[in-house]
Amino acid sequence: MNRHLLSIDDLDVADIHRIFTTAAEMHDVQRREVKKLPALRGRTVINLFFEDSTRTRSSFEIAGKWLSADVINLSAKGSSASKGESLRDTAMTVTAMGIDGLVVRHSASGAAAQISQWIDVPVINAGDGTHEHPTQALLDGYTLTRRLGTLEGKHVAIVGDVTHSRVFRSNVKSLTKLGASVTVVAPPTLMPAGVGDWSKEAGFATSWDLDSVLPDADAVMMLRVQRERMSGGFFPTAREYTIGYGLTRGRLDLLKPGTPILHPGPMNRGLEISPDAADAADSLVLDQVSSGVAVRMSVLYHLLAGESDKTDGGTA
Amino acid sequence: MSILIKGATLPDGTTTDVLVRDGQIAEVGVSTGSTSSGEADQTIDAGGLRLLPGLVDLHTHLREPGREAAETVLTGSRAAAVGGYTAVLAMANTNPVTDTAEAAERVFDLGRAAGLVDVQPVGAVTKGLAGEELAELGLMARSRAKVRVFSDDGKCVHDPRVMRRALEYVKPFGGVVSQHSQDPALAGPTACCHEGELSGRLGLPGWPGIAEEVIVARDVMLARHTGSRVHVAHVSTAGSVEVLRWAKAQGIDVTAEVTPHHLLLTTELLSGYDPTFKVNPPLRPDEDVAALREALADGTIDAVATDHAPHARHDKEHSFVDAAFGMLGLETALSVVTTVMVEGGLLDWAGVARVMSANPARIAGLEGHGRPIAVGEPANLTLVDPAAQVVVDRAASVSLSRNNPWHDRKLTGRVIATLLRGRPTVLEGALL
Amino acid sequence: MEPVQTSFKEPSREAEKEGRSVLPASQNPKAHDGTAAGRIVLDADDISRALTRISHEILERNKGAEDLLLLGLHTRGVPLARRLAANIAAVEGTTVATGSLDVTMYRDDLRSHPTRAPHRTELPAAGIDGKTVVLVDDVLYSGRTIRAALDALSDLGRPAVVRLAVLVDRGHRELPIRADHVGKNLPTARSERVSLRLSEIDGEDEVTIQ
Repeated sequence: MNRHLLSIDDLDVADIHRIFTTAAEMHDVQRREVKKLPALRGRTVINLFFEDSTRTRSSFEIAGKWLSADVINLSAKGSSASKGESLRDTAMTVTAMGIDGLVVRHSASGAAAQISQWIDVPVINAGDGTHEHPTQALLDGYTLTRRLGTLEGKHVAIVGDVTHSRVFRSNVKSLTKLGASVTVVAPPTLMPAGVGDWSKEAGFATSWDLDSVLPDADAVMMLRVQRERMSGGFFPTAREYTIGYGLTRGRLDLLKPGTPILHPGPMNRGLEISPDAADAADSLVLDQVSSGVAVRMSVLYHLLAGESDKTDGGTA
Repeated sequence: MSILIKGATLPDGTTTDVLVRDGQIAEVGVSTGSTSSGEADQTIDAGGLRLLPGLVDLHTHLREPGREAAETVLTGSRAAAVGGYTAVLAMANTNPVTDTAEAAERVFDLGRAAGLVDVQPVGAVTKGLAGEELAELGLMARSRAKVRVFSDDGKCVHDPRVMRRALEYVKPFGGVVSQHSQDPALAGPTACCHEGELSGRLGLPGWPGIAEEVIVARDVMLARHTGSRVHVAHVSTAGSVEVLRWAKAQGIDVTAEVTPHHLLLTTELLSGYDPTFKVNPPLRPDEDVAALREALADGTIDAVATDHAPHARHDKEHSFVDAAFGMLGLETALSVVTTVMVEGGLLDWAGVARVMSANPARIAGLEGHGRPIAVGEPANLTLVDPAAQVVVDRAASVSLSRNNPWHDRKLTGRVIATLLRGRPTVLEGALL
Repeated sequence: MEPVQTSFKEPSREAEKEGRSVLPASQNPKAHDGTAAGRIVLDADDISRALTRISHEILERNKGAEDLLLLGLHTRGVPLARRLAANIAAVEGTTVATGSLDVTMYRDDLRSHPTRAPHRTELPAAGIDGKTVVLVDDVLYSGRTIRAALDALSDLGRPAVVRLAVLVDRGHRELPIRADHVGKNLPTARSERVSLRLSEIDGEDEVTIQ
């Protein structure tokens, strides 16, 4: 396993399975009376968040604490070029406190990767701009694997604001590594630039027509649509978006029975997902949250608990 | 003071001696060289070297006043001299902006005080580069600095009405507007990566080629309509080249420049999010690079201009979208052009002299630069070793900044000497 | 869920630590001849007799099978615990609770090795509170694994009593730990390797020393 987790590209299939195996054990710990493992005792992890995200930060915080790490949250919001301190200075300063791992969230794509080149402790990307959110994709993959048994040969539809989605960018990599086929559904204005060549090379499909994709899906992953996108002219109105690309009550009938529904949250109920879908028996939204802690415990354990610089190669 | 340059090969391929005396070219020819050698104060052995008219850069950011930690007129002049330049046009986006005669004269005077290259200020088109009201174009033209090139570079004069007025207004004094072509609605301030597959993968805000092309297309039509001259700064796409080719065929008075980095570096370099490669307009894919090379070779693009854009380290050590745009270029331009265009068989040395000296001097209206190597001409000269292999070392730069995208790159061609009006500023590749 | 365990291809680290062979049977063809893979010190019958004796000792000590939980330590302690439970069931006619315990996260040498995924820790639904927990391991050596297991137990609940049963005690303790039930005391040098092979994992039963 690589020293950092910046992108799903840092993991091979064996790494992902190893993370899932450990996460399953961590999941059991969550159900114990004493929710504590000593694996990271004496280690300090800083959650360096340049962008607000209560749920991801809390998830990492709980994960670290249940592994007995000392977890410190630092909000560096507003520490941008305009505020004077450079990203490098912020990262160097935080690391100089003598920490063992850095969890980084930033509104700019590539920020975690840049920081990993400046400092000498493992960096975990907790979301960088519209680039990647690898632990989200791992928890999605873990949740789906628990539900479906395996992702090999399964078909996952990812629907919504694809172009601005780091969740999509990480998931399309991890899901295809795990053997699933992926179809990305969005209006043309919310498809990433150059998606034609990209999808051919990376082996995923694209569609502008949600209704034609849903009947073949073994899982549906809805992406959050920010209302600000309307002012950017990406689509005309919320109503039109919902009718075209929302997982409405009517569209649930297009799904095969028991098809799980995922959403990384926070949900815009009534926009990209109807309450009927969000609260459906097949909705895995809350499983995603609880899996999130287990998967992040697993990631923290594998990156920070062992001998520095490497974990056991399982790639034989 | 006299210098004999012995056995140099001129752009046209003839090998000769050149005697420089009192700032001018006094004699050219093998026989005169041998007879005059006795009286020369200094002799430069130029066997195997190319002698070019001193290079002229249409597009340099010297950062003074305002950001002297990144570069000053003096340090930028040093970098220019090392790069073989005898004249540079200093862009107006300083702080304060060069939008008055006084500001222009200040830059002009700083340049003369440094005395290494002729620093010719570019005036802003609009006050404060705000794109709204015209700056005092006429007063800048009448000033001691004799400003002829106007540009809001860094920003596009995007309001077509303002652009039209500017083009009309500069006609009486032979001015030219050098346009930074970027439609701000199609490529906003955060746009930083060529819009395409890579920007999609990296999740970086896309800077589509079309945002340049629509402005180039609009501006050539405005030039035709106003009968005025427009210059397109840092052309970066094949689409812009097509428009330029068409416009020139129509007889529209348009000129264009391309940067060394757009001739060689491609968008793939951004995949590691290294802000060293963040530049505006962004690095483009191979297809654009190929079109730009071809356009430079066939004259559709008139000149190579560096867009030398030094930045202090702390302005580059931000996240990619927050980091400053721009890269160094003065010291490496000749090597890049040699590598890409000469080694690539696209330009001969006469062509290099044309695109790096004669054409930019003509576009900028600079007297005494870009002249043929002939008796009586000002001795602004650059001596180049066309076969030298260099590995660029950013630490060796004389610029104050280190945002050098060429670091560790192997290039061919090296500036050996630079003479400004007969006085060497660089000898044996080193600043004097 | 039983995730795909691609990660378990790697050799067991505890095995290396305890100086045991880590080669699976398929890669250890000479295991039978007692030369290349070492001297056989316990054969299948010896192992069976030792486990029978331990089963009786446990019953005797516990005065029956009530509230008994046999907790196997990964990897080879787990099948040993199941065998002991089967023996006890055969004698007493009741089923005895078993479970498995992974102590990876509790090891004191976690930082000196690359990490690996932990094995399953499986406990009866009733938990371990108030139970007589017998930790079952194959070879007792430094005692560090047992130290880790005791820490793990305290996070899982509060047993009434904890005892330790091992098939082989090879000495060289580094902590004040001793076993309550020992199949065979085997004096060894530190340089020697004691290898236990079990049919559930390795296809045959034997203990060798090398």
